[in-house]
Amino acid sequence: MNWRIFAPLIALVVFCLLWEALVWVNDWPNYKMASPSDLGPAFWKFRWLFLEYGWDTLWRTVAGLLLSVFVGLLLGMIMGLNRTMRDALYPLLVGFNAIPKATVVPIIALLFVGAHDMNTILIAFLISFFPIAVSVSIGLSTLEPEYRDILASLGASRFTIFWKIALPKTLPEFFGSLKVAVTLAFIGTNLMEIVEPHGRGLGHLFDSGKISADYPLMFAVLIALAALGILLYYVVVVLERTFAGWAERSPT
Amino acid sequence: MDALIDIRDVKLTYETKGGRLPVLDGVDMRVPEGGFVAVVGPSGCGKSTLTRLIAGLLEPNAGEVWLHGERVTGPKSSVGMAFQNPVLLEWRSVLRNVTLPLELVAPRMPKREKDERARQLLALVGLEGFEDKRPSELSGGMRQRASLCRSLVHKPEVLILDEPFGALDAFTREDLWQTMQKVKSEEPFTGVMITHDLRESIFLADEVIVMSGRPAVTQYTMEIPWKGERDLDRLYTPEAIEMLGELRHQIQIAQGRSPREAGV
Ligand SMILES: Nc1ncnc2c1ncn2[C@@H]1O[C@H](COP(=O)(O)OP(=O)(O)OP(=O)(O)O)[C@@H](O)[C@H]1O
Ligand SMILES: [Mg+2]
Repeated sequence: MNWRIFAPLIALVVFCLLWEALVWVNDWPNYKMASPSDLGPAFWKFRWLFLEYGWDTLWRTVAGLLLSVFVGLLLGMIMGLNRTMRDALYPLLVGFNAIPKATVVPIIALLFVGAHDMNTILIAFLISFFPIAVSVSIGLSTLEPEYRDILASLGASRFTIFWKIALPKTLPEFFGSLKVAVTLAFIGTNLMEIVEPHGRGLGHLFDSGKISADYPLMFAVLIALAALGILLYYVVVVLERTFAGWAERSPT
Repeated sequence: MDALIDIRDVKLTYETKGGRLPVLDGVDMRVPEGGFVAVVGPSGCGKSTLTRLIAGLLEPNAGEVWLHGERVTGPKSSVGMAFQNPVLLEWRSVLRNVTLPLELVAPRMPKREKDERARQLLALVGLEGFEDKRPSELSGGMRQRASLCRSLVHKPEVLILDEPFGALDAFTREDLWQTMQKVKSEEPFTGVMITHDLRESIFLADEVIVMSGRPAVTQYTMEIPWKGERDLDRLYTPEAIEMLGELRHQIQIAQGRSPREAGV
């Protein structure tokens, strides 16, 4: 038996048992706290909505994340390779990142009323590009000059040095930040889905559950979100192993 | 006239935020084809700066650098460089690290030939069988050997070594001196090596140049009367001890201290 799969499964079962026991011991009614045994029926009742809305949430998050990766890499490259641009852009970015995104959600929602997909993707992007931009820029700007010199002394162009050395060397930092970004983008997507009226996605399903006081549904959505979050995170982990696995040292 | 590396009265000043920092103030150096010159001098006097000038990574404010009868105005693929930090790329195998310069200098060379050339060099420095290892699996001395192979793989005319063995322990360093001699006899190149180790300088070089403190000039030049390969016992002969004494004396002058003050 493979413990790397078995151990987290046991942890999950123990967690559900404790949760069930907690609700049972306190004799909480459904409208206070749903128990794991209520979730099955909730999932079954809304199974088609879960599939449809789960897909909405998933693809919007991924789209926002892809946008983040693109813009984050671009900004990171600009700031990492050019000192003046770094000095100019950094305070702006920090300021932008300091704004609680919950305040941006209604602004965006009002800006493009009804454009659900775009609004959601936009928030997912806005909330998640910052760590990518920062880590890529730090990775690039802290490249030791000798790394540059091995190729520069052969007359290599800046692009070649970037492509063959700077970029691969920054990949571990990039994937580190992507793990943070994927969680943030997911939060962004759901914030927008919850706030927007007549929307779609798991966030919207959660909001419907709230309106109709269907507590088991709300908890079922939370569990679905957690599952999606885990899925996304481990996709990034697999990508990291594939493209930056060299940075992981085998324990000796 | 027939020097392969010809440096004439080179001056260089860095413009920094804190102001101007004159580093080189008239350095002269001539290395004939196949020659090997060691450069020693006080810390921070501009030795690494000098290597960057030879490699064409920096342009002097005054004076000229010539390689093989051509004025240096930018980097050239006929130069190979290795540093104290081996800077191997962790995401590539040892073999792919060594073939890296060929990807730039000879992009059309068949992969098989690139690999063959790299393997031949790795074998020469004693890294046979380590081709497919990751750099992180090598010891410090082995990394430096791989780095040396990378600097030689494209058969550069000029090899520039900036304290290549500076971070190694004394025994590993002596091993690498011997490897270096072997490489020199198999792979023709003209070399400049920066070092802090006077014994290393006389063991490997035909000529040792002492640079003065910053702003640096060529203060002193010593011909090493030994020809061809040497063995370590040479370093313990009275002749060697005399040469080392003179070099140490010159370094003390370069550091701006009189020999008596320095306790010699
Ligand atoms: N790019 C740079 N910009 C500004 N100043 C520099 C730069 N590179 C080096 N210097 C300064 O120039 C001086 C000479 O540096 P250099 O690295 O050439 O010395 P070095 O002789 O190689 O020193 P070491 O023996 O410690 O290796 C130092 O004071 C250093 O701080
Ligand atoms: Mg130096």
